[in-house]
Amino acid sequence: MPFDLLVLSCLAYVAFLFAVAFVAERRASMGRIGWLRSPLIYTLSLSIYCTAWTFYGAVGYAARSGLEFVTIYLGPTLVFVGWWLLLRKLVVIGRQQRVTSIADLISSRFGKSNLLGVVVTVIAVVAATPYIALQLQSVTLSFGVFASETPEGWALPDRDSTAIWVAGGLALFTILFGTRNLDAKEQHHGVVLAIAVEAVVKLAALLAVGIFVVWGLAGGPGEMMARIDASAIADWELMPGRWAGLIFVAGAAVICLPRMFQVMIVEDGEERHMARASWAFPLYLMLMSLFIVPIAVMGLERMPEGSNPDMFMLTLPLAEGQGALAMLAFLGGFSSATSMVIVESIALATMVSNHVVMPIWLRLRPKAAMSGDVRRIVILSRRLAIVAVLTLGYLYYRLSGGSTALASIGLIAFVGVAQVLPVLVGGLYWRGATRAGAVVGLVTGFVVWAYTLYLPSLGPGAALSVAVFEQGPAGIGWLRPQALFGVEGMDPLLHALIWSLALNTAGFCVVSLFTFPGPVERMQGAAFVNVFDTETAGPQGWARGRAEPEALLVMTQRILGKEAALAVFAAEARAQGKEGYLPDATPDFVAGLERRLAGSVGAATAHAMISQIVGRATVSVEDLMAVANETAQIMEYSAELESQREELTRTARQLREANEKLTQLSVQKDAFLSQISHELRTPMTSIRAFSEILTEGDLPPEMVAHYGRIIHDEAIRLTRLLDDLLDLSVLENGSVQLNLGLANLQQLIDRALAAASHTRPERIFIIHRDLPSENLFVRTDADRLVQVFINLISNARKYCDAAAPELKITVRQRAGRVSVDFADNGSGIPKESQAIIFEKFARLTDQTRAGGAGLGLAICREVMANLGGTIGYLPGQGGAAFRVTLPLRLEQKAA
Amino acid sequence: MARRVLLIEDEPNIAEAIWFILNRDGCQVATLADGLGAAEAVRADRPDLVIVDLMLPGCSGLDVVKAIRADPATEAVPVLMLTAKGQGRDREAAEQAGVDRFMTKPFSNADMLASVRALLAR
Repeated sequence: MPFDLLVLSCLAYVAFLFAVAFVAERRASMGRIGWLRSPLIYTLSLSIYCTAWTFYGAVGYAARSGLEFVTIYLGPTLVFVGWWLLLRKLVVIGRQQRVTSIADLISSRFGKSNLLGVVVTVIAVVAATPYIALQLQSVTLSFGVFASETPEGWALPDRDSTAIWVAGGLALFTILFGTRNLDAKEQHHGVVLAIAVEAVVKLAALLAVGIFVVWGLAGGPGEMMARIDASAIADWELMPGRWAGLIFVAGAAVICLPRMFQVMIVEDGEERHMARASWAFPLYLMLMSLFIVPIAVMGLERMPEGSNPDMFMLTLPLAEGQGALAMLAFLGGFSSATSMVIVESIALATMVSNHVVMPIWLRLRPKAAMSGDVRRIVILSRRLAIVAVLTLGYLYYRLSGGSTALASIGLIAFVGVAQVLPVLVGGLYWRGATRAGAVVGLVTGFVVWAYTLYLPSLGPGAALSVAVFEQGPAGIGWLRPQALFGVEGMDPLLHALIWSLALNTAGFCVVSLFTFPGPVERMQGAAFVNVFDTETAGPQGWARGRAEPEALLVMTQRILGKEAALAVFAAEARAQGKEGYLPDATPDFVAGLERRLAGSVGAATAHAMISQIVGRATVSVEDLMAVANETAQIMEYSAELESQREELTRTARQLREANEKLTQLSVQKDAFLSQISHELRTPMTSIRAFSEILTEGDLPPEMVAHYGRIIHDEAIRLTRLLDDLLDLSVLENGSVQLNLGLANLQQLIDRALAAASHTRPERIFIIHRDLPSENLFVRTDADRLVQVFINLISNARKYCDAAAPELKITVRQRAGRVSVDFADNGSGIPKESQAIIFEKFARLTDQTRAGGAGLGLAICREVMANLGGTIGYLPGQGGAAFRVTLPLRLEQKAA
Repeated sequence: MARRVLLIEDEPNIAEAIWFILNRDGCQVATLADGLGAAEAVRADRPDLVIVDLMLPGCSGLDVVKAIRADPATEAVPVLMLTAKGQGRDREAAEQAGVDRFMTKPFSNADMLASVRALLAR
């Protein structure tokens, strides 16, 4: 098969993936996510666990070490089937805390510690380099296989430059599709769908080669079994220690690998998808491993001595003249390698930018959260990180010589990422785990792994000198990298695995036990460990912070983009019942915003940025007190109790107030009845006494006439009292019928003066008026207004004690309201009485008896309230003065 | 010898009715329109009976009675109290203050006369 055709096929395949990813992105950006987020796509995306290692390497592994390759599938299977509760917890936490990577998760759990984020990032990046090198190596090898088949010795670039081209192409693809969105939580729908397609391609390719081998070459399953029995693979002995170790490390890797974390938690993170994947993903793994042994056996049987068993997938079909099948197998391997590199570098780039670049940048430019374009920096740093990760992978490939078996390179990476496992599990289930413990554990594990496995893997003399291998550093025998503490004769991988994880876990636990977590750490610890108890638990600690909503908006715009930020703020403002885009910066809102920003730039960075706005980088005493409430449950529970208590207090207060009001009303009613009784009985007394006198007869006619007039007057007084009471009752009920119409104020005052002149007609009053100012039209109930005027003028006539009484009436109009003042020149009303004159029966008893029942001003007040106006006493006018105000145009009340 | 009655009542029509009833019965009736200076008037005039309204301008009828009872010279004068409120609470307060008889307005002229005669007969 011509090599140029192969390159063209590769390019066409990549172009196809581009198209798939592009269409998916378009769909997602139009909100038509639909099946882009389904259990099927989720399960297929998980298949990035199967890289070139499981595609090419597994066959080689089987050819070299028999059934041991199965451990790499058994580990994840056991985790997904048996430990999916842990995965579910991870998914829920990931969603709640908007976790962007495993480094972010660890950092977030231990008090948003950036140090931890950096440590995990370094471990992940270093551990990933052999793994990425493995992919480069497999793709380069597969190109090499086809190159040797090229008949005319087509000018094939040498291996190293092939690897560079592959690395460069992968970097480009990853940058194009992995860094278009900033918010890692916005999900890379395009990438995920492309991965799912690649998952199908690699499975189909492997099954196709397997079927060809079993039915095409061996002549059926029965025949195949016989050949397997006869082959060397059947003779491999099982090594229980190594098996257990490998199963464990594969299980750990499926949780801790940055790319697995990316697809498992960051990209999707739905519990129901996880539930489906718990059996579907193991099924996929089983299918992937089904034909490994037959292919390995046939490869050993058919291929010449010394050919690389890692490439049996390609060389076997080629040797049998199946060019198309080999092409498919090549694309399957290519898919395995590319999908791994793409997702891995996206995940690592997110970590590097969020935990290394951003914190440094924020420190260099303290006000950057407000001023700079954060999005640009984040995206640039991610793109650079992708290039850096692939460069490191390439360097490892060059250093290690590119000749090691694929599987053994992969295992080095597995043991490396497994160092995160103790801290991860401890963080999820042990509230006593502390940041210091996590740092010590991770660093210890990383150092031991690097010393005992990673550096030696580069070969003696490359990183560690031969002398160190044989005598230990500086001749210290018990520090020999592959015989630590004098443990000799052990499988180097198992040796490194046990020592690194044992020292890691020990360091983590011991230091955790002897250190005390900080406040944020404790809250986050509770939120993580008790994630299912407190669904709403999340970052806290802004309880007393004061944030300018506008500053928060400016910063959020820089991270989420203008429209997204405005949408977030507008939604919150609406939820708070406010107009516009600026909600109050409540602690809940700020915490929610922090979670949202954490989805873009990571928990620690988001925390730091919000701190800059809130103006408080540390946690306050109040927060410490809050945290002292030991557990999230207690906090939740006490909050519940508190709210119940508050509610009870509130109810009790309302009841008490209602009771007080009723008591007050009852007292008022008693007083009122007593007053009415007095007011009714007084005229009744005169009427009864004089009617008895008259009945007895025997009186001179002038006395009869006099007493008859008294009875008449008192009867009138009684009637007026009853009229007033009824009037007041109607006015107070608000059931009064207003008869609205336009009236000239001057005429109304004329009417009132004329009517009031019947009160004490013997008194000569001088009335001062300014007629032009009175000449205006008001829309009101004229009769009611005149009633008020009459009352006021009559009161003046009754009570003004000046020798030459005068009354001044002043009208003013302002802003749609009219005020009418009535001021006499008497001695006025004493200050202490001014407050009660509008109360019922508040007749000032030391004033001259004038025949009223003391309801006049009370009625005036009610009338003016009904007319939309007011009446009040004007102090300091020389005499008694009242001001009536009313609207110029009273509108009819809506019925 | 004509019995002298001091009437303290702010309602002029009621005062006139009582004056008429007692005057016709042979009493000499002096009237005051408010409670201020009533106690002094009692000490100065030594009436045989004091009729006082509970609700008076200036000061309450109860205060007038207390002042009369507080003065050794007048403490023995019989007192008839009138009220238009007529609540049990007021009656108790009046009896504690030393009122001899308590009448609710409106009253029948016969009752008024009987009460006055009974008090004067003491």
